Amino acid sequence: MSTTTELTETTLLRFATAGSVDDGKSTLVGRLLHDSKSVLTDQLEAVQRASASRGQEGPDLALLTDGLRAEREQGITIDVAYRYFATPRRRFILADTPGHVQYTRNMVTGASTAELTVILVDARNGVVEQTRRHAAIAALLRVPHVVLAVNKMDLVAYEEQVFARIAEEFTAYASELGVPEITAIPISALAGDNVVEPSANMDWYGGPTFLEHLESVPVSHDLAHCHARLPVQYVIRPQTAEHPDYRGYAGQIAAGTFRVGDSVTVLPSGRTTKVTGIDLLGKPVEAAHTPQSVTLLLEDDIDISRGDLLVPSKDAPATTQDIEATVCHVADQPLTVGHRVLLKHGTRTVKAIVKDIPSRLTLDDLSLHPHPGQLVANDIGRVKVRTAQALPVDSYADSRRTGSFILIDPADGTTLTAGMVGESFASPEPVKDEAEDDGWDF
Amino acid sequence: MTTTVATVSEETGAPYTLSHLDALESEAVHIFREVAGEFERPVILFSGGKDSIVMLHLALKAFAPATIPFSLLHVDTGHNFPEVLQYRDRTVAEHNLRLHVASVQDYIDRGVLRERPDGTRNPLQTVPLTEKIQTEKFDAVFGGGRRDEEKARAKERVFSLRDEFSQWDPRRQRPELWQLYNGRHAPGEHVRVFPLSNWTELDVWQYIAREGIELPQIYFAHEREVFQRAGMWLTAGEWGGPRDGETVEKRLVRYRTVGDMSCTGAVDSDATTLEAVITEIAASRLTERGATRADDKMSEAAMEDRKREGYF
Repeated sequence: MSTTTELTETTLLRFATAGSVDDGKSTLVGRLLHDSKSVLTDQLEAVQRASASRGQEGPDLALLTDGLRAEREQGITIDVAYRYFATPRRRFILADTPGHVQYTRNMVTGASTAELTVILVDARNGVVEQTRRHAAIAALLRVPHVVLAVNKMDLVAYEEQVFARIAEEFTAYASELGVPEITAIPISALAGDNVVEPSANMDWYGGPTFLEHLESVPVSHDLAHCHARLPVQYVIRPQTAEHPDYRGYAGQIAAGTFRVGDSVTVLPSGRTTKVTGIDLLGKPVEAAHTPQSVTLLLEDDIDISRGDLLVPSKDAPATTQDIEATVCHVADQPLTVGHRVLLKHGTRTVKAIVKDIPSRLTLDDLSLHPHPGQLVANDIGRVKVRTAQALPVDSYADSRRTGSFILIDPADGTTLTAGMVGESFASPEPVKDEAEDDGWDF
Repeated sequence: MTTTVATVSEETGAPYTLSHLDALESEAVHIFREVAGEFERPVILFSGGKDSIVMLHLALKAFAPATIPFSLLHVDTGHNFPEVLQYRDRTVAEHNLRLHVASVQDYIDRGVLRERPDGTRNPLQTVPLTEKIQTEKFDAVFGGGRRDEEKARAKERVFSLRDEFSQWDPRRQRPELWQLYNGRHAPGEHVRVFPLSNWTELDVWQYIAREGIELPQIYFAHEREVFQRAGMWLTAGEWGGPRDGETVEKRLVRYRTVGDMSCTGAVDSDATTLEAVITEIAASRLTERGATRADDKMSEAAMEDRKREGYF
């Protein structure tokens, strides 16, 4: 494996890891960074110095990733860290998330921007509660690709049957949750089998190594099925002699494609106009796609400001003041019925009130706890929110960007809750009354 | 330079991919526009180093054809490279920007800060910086910090809340979900914003090459009078080097980072072009900070400790 010496522009894959405390996640991350030559000499020396000063024999690779004093003192990872490495084929952003159950919010944070999640299991233990939990969160966040890395194959004599049994059990479970794509790979992070180099110990395995899979998994957007969405961030008006009449609506395209000539509707006002021009960071283009940051020029001088959503007139979402969503509570203070909050959706922040908390999910067995009264840190549940103004929300299943929101405490600005609009995953049909339903759809 | 840019396939609606530089650029522009939309008095920390130069370039693109709605802030250690100060002033004039300067020398002259025995002024920047933020009432402060630089920075959020003393508390960070950045803050508090969080050193250089961005000449190999201290080549100057027993010699060097002259080391190099610099970095087995920054070697948690106090 060589570093990127070519000056080629490659593609970018954002992925997240999930795994329990002793399943070898740090070793896998360390192996990836090390074997892709992303750990440089001075970093390795610093780790060796620190390990030696603590009386450890070899370098402790976890010190590469545990960056905070408290983490090094306690020998645990307490927060998401982002790491970067590259191969000649692709650039990677890895959201390295702690695996313990009390850090569910960290996995949600990491997975919210990930296109792929790696779920690690120990080959000796197979699919355990924690594995199911991770699969459920990946399904909930609608991460497009899931990799099951069956680790420590060296400790089960590299037996094909062990791997096959775990892969089969996991695939059945995750498919039921609605995970769209699952790839299972047998590895030994410690010995290096199938991480970067193919394993000589598992010639029965014909698939890609872990890194090959990361390099080749598609990160492209299939725009054919996407609704176009542009949350307006900022109005650009130079008011100079050179550009006396320029008025552009700047934003990052959240989904789909916009083309010059498109009829667009401004939400929530409902006014309609036409796209007369698209500026891609200063230069005009005919069409632009997610996730490009652009500036749209429109035919009519209508009232549009930050917080508005531009959508194709033929494909506008409904606006509503009553939002029902699956949420993950991420703050230490609880979320209760009657709580007055701020809701940030796209570029708009509005006042809102928590009307109801119909259910809370018990992650251990995915059972449903009706009307819990409140959600505490790391809880996942269903919430009904009433907003002060109507919002154009999509279902999270259709659009991760315009189907997501956060709740904010108006008193101190704390980010309270991550929300995903609409029906939850793995609901074969819409659930009418969650309170009477004893299934685990929530 | 070979460039494989965004591929839109022949048939309509077929999969569409951005190159990694386009994706990083788009994300950074989104961050600049979020701040412009939500804050009253944002400012860009501008040192004349490559990261702040790339930040400014991205900000200019984000608001084109209008000018950027931010002013610049330079924390002047008093030990700057003259080429970098010239570059700073040229850039400010060219884009008609407003520059604030927080001067470490002023604080030393007034007796508020004391020169350290080792002559390093980098840690002294924190007080002038945080006081300037308070007096000017800046509520969002853009920094060019990247998470790949250092392990404490790897834990940093894109929007990072600082209290009224500019302190960073890594255990009380807000989770960052999707692209929904939370900029809420109380009066007196501010938010540090890092649009280059997800960029690596190599990305920055590739982007500079792609966009044809001009840099101060100290980034390219040139002959310079240097002396060795703690394994680094430092430039001789009024700041306190060389001392007895340190001998000055002429070497072909360049800089990987730009900071205070007292703690920023040069590396031996014959890379005089962008292409040569990129090739050199791609092959280097040292991080830029490990190679050239003395202040990070003070302790295992040097960066975390300085960030807690308000350093950028």
